[in-house]
Amino acid sequence: MSGDLKSRIAERAARELHPGEIVNLGIGIPNLIPGFLSSDSRVVLHTENGLLGVGPRPPEDEADPDLIDAAKQPITALPGASYFDSAASFAMIRGGHIDVAVLGALEVSARGDIANWAVPGKDVLGVGGAMDLVVGARRVIVTMTATSSRGEPKVVPECSYPLTATGAVDVIVTELSVFRLRGGELYLTELLDGVTLDDVAAVTTAPFTVSLEESHAR
Amino acid sequence: MTASAVITAEEAVAHIRSGDTVMVGGFGLVGAPLTLIDALVDHSDATDLTIVSNNIGEPGRGLGKLLRQGRIRRGISSYFTSNPEAVAAVNAGEIEATLVPQGTFAEAIRAAGAGIAGFYTAVGAGTQLAEGKEERLIGGVLHVLEDPIRADVALVYAARADPLGNLWYRRTARNFNPVMATAATITIAEAGEVVPVGAFEPESVVTPHLYVDFLVERA
Repeated sequence: MSGDLKSRIAERAARELHPGEIVNLGIGIPNLIPGFLSSDSRVVLHTENGLLGVGPRPPEDEADPDLIDAAKQPITALPGASYFDSAASFAMIRGGHIDVAVLGALEVSARGDIANWAVPGKDVLGVGGAMDLVVGARRVIVTMTATSSRGEPKVVPECSYPLTATGAVDVIVTELSVFRLRGGELYLTELLDGVTLDDVAAVTTAPFTVSLEESHAR
Repeated sequence: MTASAVITAEEAVAHIRSGDTVMVGGFGLVGAPLTLIDALVDHSDATDLTIVSNNIGEPGRGLGKLLRQGRIRRGISSYFTSNPEAVAAVNAGEIEATLVPQGTFAEAIRAAGAGIAGFYTAVGAGTQLAEGKEERLIGGVLHVLEDPIRADVALVYAARADPLGNLWYRRTARNFNPVMATAATITIAEAGEVVPVGAFEPESVVTPHLYVDFLVERA
């Protein structure tokens, strides 16, 4: 996947976040979102390994080995930050205290089921906090390309990969469009710049209702 | 226990016996009790171990050393993937893997330490990870019954400890250490620094000393 594509998705997803929201960002595209948040966004970042108030990545020579995010990369803590243990961190998540989780997916179904932790036949044996986040966060935003690296659609009628959770997804942002799940049904609500309905339909096997209600422009 | 003996890492790991379940703190290697792990690798013959840790170290690092010695029978973790050798060992049938969502993992350990016999959570319900577990609709939402996770011995890391065994953690090196300290028959804390009794403001103690049986200074 090209960096441009990832940035395009992250930039659009950043506009889904509202001032003051508590947000947990997954590994990959979601981690690019801070670069697209304005300095007055007041979005507060939570990382499940035990910090509320994640700041920017430090210069390499200032990295603190005791201060990492869930991707095990060095971070900083902003004024007003707090540290807590993993049980408390996931109590925040399950308890509905995290407003938004943004994470990647292998597939999302027409009902908002999400598969993002296991690939049969691949050496992946880890779920991390993915299941906790998609079940517990009040809003779940999936950032992913519209198709897999093999060109297969990722917004599908039914997930074929092992599920992370059922009916958990609220928003899907791809490089082509924005989908929203409402009442267990999938709506196409926005085409990104230069994208046609046919472009989206060509790579989306899930049934969806077209409900364009948002402008392309900011 | 009201006073925790300061012992050597070698003495500490003598408390671990073959067949034991051992909890090991840390998120990856951050906050992992690396001196105790090294002592377990170098000065213990205990084998057939069940390791409860978020990760099984990294290749040749932390618990990854113990894995290479073939002394782990089973791993209970949320993320084996950070050590590809652990994934390979599972795929080869050399070790048994129990994969648990990370929050359920933390809460199950907390429950064990807090005398809770189990809990229902929506996390994992309806997925492969709920297979073989009781599922139940509560308030119209599918939940799965999770058992507590306890251990014979917990190895934790804290940046500072006093000789009583009060513990203080630094930044994100806290992670699973405080809950693991509560959930084992014997808790051994590795301290980056041992400070005098009274040096901690009582409000700043994260793990009160009654949970800690032995203290070891980080090498």
